[in-house]
Amino acid sequence: MAMVLNNIEKLIEKYNNAETTLKEEAQLKAYFLSDDVAPHLEHYKPMFQYFSHSKQERYTKDVPLKTKKTKLYQWISVAAVAVLMLGLIVPKVLGPSEQELRDQEIAMATYEQTMEAFNLISLGLNKGKTQLTNLALVSENIEEGVGQANRLGEFNTITNKILKNK
Amino acid sequence: MKQADFVNIVMPFKDKVFRLAKRLLVSREEAEDATQEILLKLWKNNKKIEDYKNVEAFSMTMTKNFCLDRLKSKQAQNLKIVHNNYTDGNTSLQKQVEAKDSVDWVSKIMEDLPEQQKIIVQLRDIEEYDFAEIAKMLDMNETAIRVNLSRARKTIREKLTNTHGYGIK
Repeated sequence: MAMVLNNIEKLIEKYNNAETTLKEEAQLKAYFLSDDVAPHLEHYKPMFQYFSHSKQERYTKDVPLKTKKTKLYQWISVAAVAVLMLGLIVPKVLGPSEQELRDQEIAMATYEQTMEAFNLISLGLNKGKTQLTNLALVSENIEEGVGQANRLGEFNTITNKILKNK
Repeated sequence: MKQADFVNIVMPFKDKVFRLAKRLLVSREEAEDATQEILLKLWKNNKKIEDYKNVEAFSMTMTKNFCLDRLKSKQAQNLKIVHNNYTDGNTSLQKQVEAKDSVDWVSKIMEDLPEQQKIIVQLRDIEEYDFAEIAKMLDMNETAIRVNLSRARKTIREKLTNTHGYGIK
């Protein structure tokens, strides 16, 4: 018993200097967890009790991988179904009502009328275009006319001079 | 890697991850959250895990880093409100009164240790890793680990010797 105690005292000294091996530390643990600890070493007891007590603690929750994955898959399928339903329901619910169909017909009629009107205008424009070329011809003629008129003017001054000289 | 394979790899040390997280974060719920997130991170990196020889050491390092980051961001949030400097002298006395028994008191003493020392005591005295493994996990040399461990053990002993006189049981 005294030998054991002597040994333990040496070991605890080494222990405090962090020089014990794992094996020696196991010896210390065994000693301090037993019932016959020498009174002058008793204050070490709670420490070793606490260490072995702490090692009993367990992580009791699940390893979370599986649940998370299936949850994700579930949500993906829910989303897929939702998209499908939207695809089916939306055109029916929000699709053309009778009012809208009527509106569409009116819009179509208006469109056709408008197109007709545009066609007429464009016909007119084409006519107008030929007339424009005519106008251009006219304007050329007018310029010629202006030129002749100028010559006429010259002719006028000349005749005036002649008349003065007379 | 299949999920079943992954769970088989993780099973043997998930409790150690949880206990280290709880050592640092203190609250059980926060430690559970952290463990969940760490396991998920591991699962997302499971391609990489196949390359790591020692998944357990890798996971413990990850846990340490994860929890220290958490603490840092928590501290940043609390810094404005709490003046920690004032109460230092009184916390141990207050905690001593709160402690239900001397074993509970040890856990309170551990809470007051610097983070580095907490981690080392956790890995050595509770999880019983050898120094080479701890050195790898913490990216420290063995001497530095022994120095920190010795300091922590002596602090615990001193506080226990003091209180033993007052007869907490």
